This record gives sequence, C-alpha cells and structure tokens, in this order.
Amino acid sequence: MATQHSRSAARIMMAPAVVLLLGWMLVPLTMTLYFSFKRYLPLRGGDLGWTGFDNYVRFVSSSAFWPAVQTTLLIVGGVLVITIALGILLAILLDQPMWGQGIVRILVIAPFFVMPTVSALVWKNMFMDPVNGLFAHLWRFFGAEPISWLSEASLPSIVMIVSWQWLPFATLILLTAIQSLDSEQLEAAEMDGASPLNRFWFIILPHLSRAVTIVLLIQTIFLLSIFAEIFVTTGGAFGTRTLTYLIYQRVLESQNVGLGSAGGVYAIILANIVAIFLMRIVGKNLDA
Amino acid sequence: MGQIQLNQVTKSFGDVQVIPPLDLTIEDGEFAVFVGPSGCGKSTLLRLIAGLEDFTTGHIEIDGKDATAVPPAKRGLAMVFQSYALYPHMTVRKNIAFPLRMAKMDQAEIDRRVENAASILNLSDYLDRRPGQLSGGQRQRVAIGRAIVREPAAFLFDEPLSNLDAALRVGMRMEISELHKKLATTMIYVTHDQVEAMTMADKIVVLRAGHIEQVGSPLELYRTPRNLFVAGFIGSPKMNFIEGAEAAKHDAHTIGVRPEHISVSAEGGEWKGVVGLSEHLGSDTFFHIHETGLAETITVRADGEVAFRSGDTVYLNPRADVIHRFDANGLRIG
Repeated sequence: MATQHSRSAARIMMAPAVVLLLGWMLVPLTMTLYFSFKRYLPLRGGDLGWTGFDNYVRFVSSSAFWPAVQTTLLIVGGVLVITIALGILLAILLDQPMWGQGIVRILVIAPFFVMPTVSALVWKNMFMDPVNGLFAHLWRFFGAEPISWLSEASLPSIVMIVSWQWLPFATLILLTAIQSLDSEQLEAAEMDGASPLNRFWFIILPHLSRAVTIVLLIQTIFLLSIFAEIFVTTGGAFGTRTLTYLIYQRVLESQNVGLGSAGGVYAIILANIVAIFLMRIVGKNLDA
Repeated sequence: MGQIQLNQVTKSFGDVQVIPPLDLTIEDGEFAVFVGPSGCGKSTLLRLIAGLEDFTTGHIEIDGKDATAVPPAKRGLAMVFQSYALYPHMTVRKNIAFPLRMAKMDQAEIDRRVENAASILNLSDYLDRRPGQLSGGQRQRVAIGRAIVREPAAFLFDEPLSNLDAALRVGMRMEISELHKKLATTMIYVTHDQVEAMTMADKIVVLRAGHIEQVGSPLELYRTPRNLFVAGFIGSPKMNFIEGAEAAKHDAHTIGVRPEHISVSAEGGEWKGVVGLSEHLGSDTFFHIHETGLAETITVRADGEVAFRSGDTVYLNPRADVIHRFDANGLRIG
C-alpha cells in the first residue's frame, strides 16, 4: 500500500463495507438517542413529545437502578473469577500429554457452541429442577433436602450457568498461551530448585498474564450484555435483574421506550469505557 | 568438588535405545566437552546427568554418592541452556537471584552473591534491565550468572554458543574458558562444533549414535584418532581418506592424511592431480585437488600466498610420519 494509486484503490474497495457497518451502527444508535429524549409510551398514547433529560434522571433515580448495577457487577465479577481460575487449571491439565488429547480438547470447547438460550434451559430443567433435576437427585441420594436453585440461590445459579458457557473460551486462550511457554524455561526453573508450585507461581502465571488480561476484557464486554440466560431462567426475579434486563423490562414490560432508551445510552457509555481499556491493552500487547 | 561418574547408563525413548550402555568418568575440575554430529545423543546425555531425563538403566554418582534418584535441583548442578531460558518478566538481578530465592537464602547473602556474579561477568550495569533489552552475548552471560551464584558442583552447558554470531562466539569461548580457570569447577559442555571442542576442552568425548567413540585430550584425538569417525570428525578441513592400492602400500585398508600434512608444489612429488576449487582465507589457502586417482577429492592446505589456479597440474607430498592407518573395520592400526 505504498503508492498514492494503491492507497486510493484500497479506500474505494473498503468503502462498501465501511458504509454498511457504519449505517448498521448509526441507525439504531441515532434512534436510541432520539427516543431517549422523548416521552414515548406505545400503548398509552404513543409519542407524547420531548422531555429533555427526564428519562435519564428517572432511570438513574429508580429504586431498581443501583441493585441492577450491583447484580451486573456481581455476575460479571463472579464469572470472570471462576472462568479464569478454572481456565488456568484446565489449560494446565490439557497441556499435559495424554491419550485422546485431540478429542478431549474438542469436548472441552463444546459448551461454547451451545446457544445461551439452550444451555440455560438445559441447566434449568435437567440440572437445577428441584424435583427432577440431577442435582436434586444427587442431594436426595445423600439424604439432603434438594435446593430450588433458581429461587433460593438465583445469582450463584446464573453465575454457574454463564461460567460453564465461557469456561471453554478462557481455557482455549489460556491453553494456547501455555503452549507458547518455552519448556527450557521450566526446566531451568526446575534446575534452579523451584518446586512445581513455585514454577507455576513464578514462571507460568507471569507468562499467562497477557492472555489473562485479554480474556478478562473480552469476557467483560460480552458479560455486560448477558440476557438470554436470565430471561429463560428467572425472568429477572430473585435479584437477578441486571442492567441489560432492566432496560428490557422498561421497554417491553413497562412499554416505556423513552426510559429504556435512556438506559440503553448508559449501557453504551459503560461498554465504551471498557472497550477503550480493551483497545489500549490489546494494542499495547501487539506492539510489544 | 564435582566428580561425575556414569555406570552402565542407558536411555530408551519407547523402543528406541538412544544411549546404549555407557561408562564415563569426569574428574573434579575438568572441562569435558561432548561432541558429535546432531542426533548423536550428546544433549540427551547431558540432560541425563542434569536429571531432566530419567535413566532407563544404570546409575550416576556425583562426588562418589549415588545420585540416580536425586531430583535435578538437589544434584548441585547448574545448567546453561541453548535458548538461555531466561525468565523474560524478571530483571537481570531477579533472574540471577532466582535459584537463591528458591533456596530461601537471606536477602543480604543473595545481594552479595548477585553483585559478585555480575562483576565477574561484566553485568553490573545491566542488573535492572530485562532480558528482552539485552544483546545475545549479554543474555548468555546472564544465563551463566544464574548458574554461578548457586556455586554448583559442576556446570552443564548445552550448546550455549550456537545462537551467537561468529565473532561473539569466539569472544564467549574465551570468556567461558577463563571462567573455568577462575572457578576451577567441573564443566560439561555439549557442542557439535569441533573447533569449540578443540579450543576449550581438557577432555573431549566424541559421541556417535550414543556410543562413545573416543575419550581424550584434544591433541590426543588429533594425533591418534582411534577410528575413521573420530579421524574425520576432529580437524578442519576434514582428513583425506585414501583406500585401495595406495593404502595397501602402507599395509592398511584405509589411510588418512590431514590437509595440513600434505605439501603442494608445481615441480614434483608422490601424487599428481589437477586443482579444482580453491578457498582463500588470507592466512591459508585450501585447494581441492581432483584426478589424483586416489580419492574423488584431496583437500590440501597451503600457505596463503601460494597461487595455483583452477586447472593447474600440481604434485602432492604427504608427510610420511603423520599418515594414519586404519584396518577394514575402520579401526586405527599402530
């Protein structure tokens, strides 16, 4: 792409994709912004005119807002901790030479291919059902009272379901990172008298730090917007209402498009803050 | 103290026996070099001594004590790897201090030893840099520093110079030799480069396919190679081997003459040939002589100023006292 000519040719060729993506992004964004400044109640009078920042103020001052933010952070944080901790352990295990390595690795990745709605329903009906679920049978086998997971331990249940979905992603990224570790470094550490635990702590973990950051940031962006898992399990009840779910309820259940749009704008701002961090860190890693 | 003794050691990977039964003793304070073509098992042998691989059978004694079942860290050996294996996220100081920290030594003693190692290796100015900011030679020195601080019974070097450029290699070769003089610790050094072996070793162990072909001082190996393999491997350029009638004159199946033991002249001599390629090094010139009727090519070393051109007819005179004679099995006669 050195010459003037090839540069302009490249621009022309990229233009359709850029225009399409820009339109795809701009139309919904503009509509969200537009509605967020309107009092718009589809079933109760429709468009009732401009309201300024009313929707923004009302969304934040609603009693549901801060609990929703808290729930969001708990779910995101919980899933991150579980997926990264277990991801590192699984990656180390999968890195060991063993029989049937290829098949085992594919099986480990499998949960990632299951749609969120499907996996949440499977968990809800096959595992967590208080009467017929596998967990209920297990509990009864040991003589314990089965837990009704989704109402008594709703938040942990959702964290568990979402972690199960995202564990393969974390494992995969961390496994490739572990495989790139120079085995002579581990042997050198062994010669230097480092115990297996020390080797993990001083050699493997620092080597994984970049991969962990990437997993952390990519997952955060996706986890901020989880919806299907909540929708098909608790429906936002029992303290599982996240920010995304709150927006959904405002728009569809309360039929208040303006208020929901204002919430949407808050979510965009939040996601962008995370995205900026992601770009910076990923960019830095590409430079180094 | 660092005498290392291998008794009837073997190593197999699956069904493949890489090291057939082997006995070897390396004396305390000796600089031993394992040399051989790639895949001859020299690195495996080093890793067996280090404890990074398990013996299939046989046992190892370090300082007279059986160390076969002792884990690598407890053998008191330090290893310098081909890739240096520095820890990239640690500074030079932390890299060198790592083995001491693992040994839970107190901080004052760690600092003292690190400073000491850094001054021996001229690394004092780089202690707070990371390996990524150092040149190849400096990284090599950090790797050696990490080995020195442990004050090991013996150092193990696994082709440590193969990643350096030619000029640096010569410099590091001298530095390692000097370090050996200074520390007087046993060193075992693996290389495929016979020049490194010749210049550094007290004792060279020539390996082929896991077998020890010959053990001896560099000059012993040069003067009295035990068989054709050692004769061809030690010395550069390679020894000329001549079979047939000319060898029969010396009552041998094969005779070997080194290029530096043949003089070349235009007037007359024992053998006659035509100059093919000539390599001018400045100090020396190597002529490849064809059509001698003895072997396909005879390599000859001559003075840098001797000027024969390709196609010239020349006469060769081997020095009779340094003709090596080998029998039909490739073993030395006399």
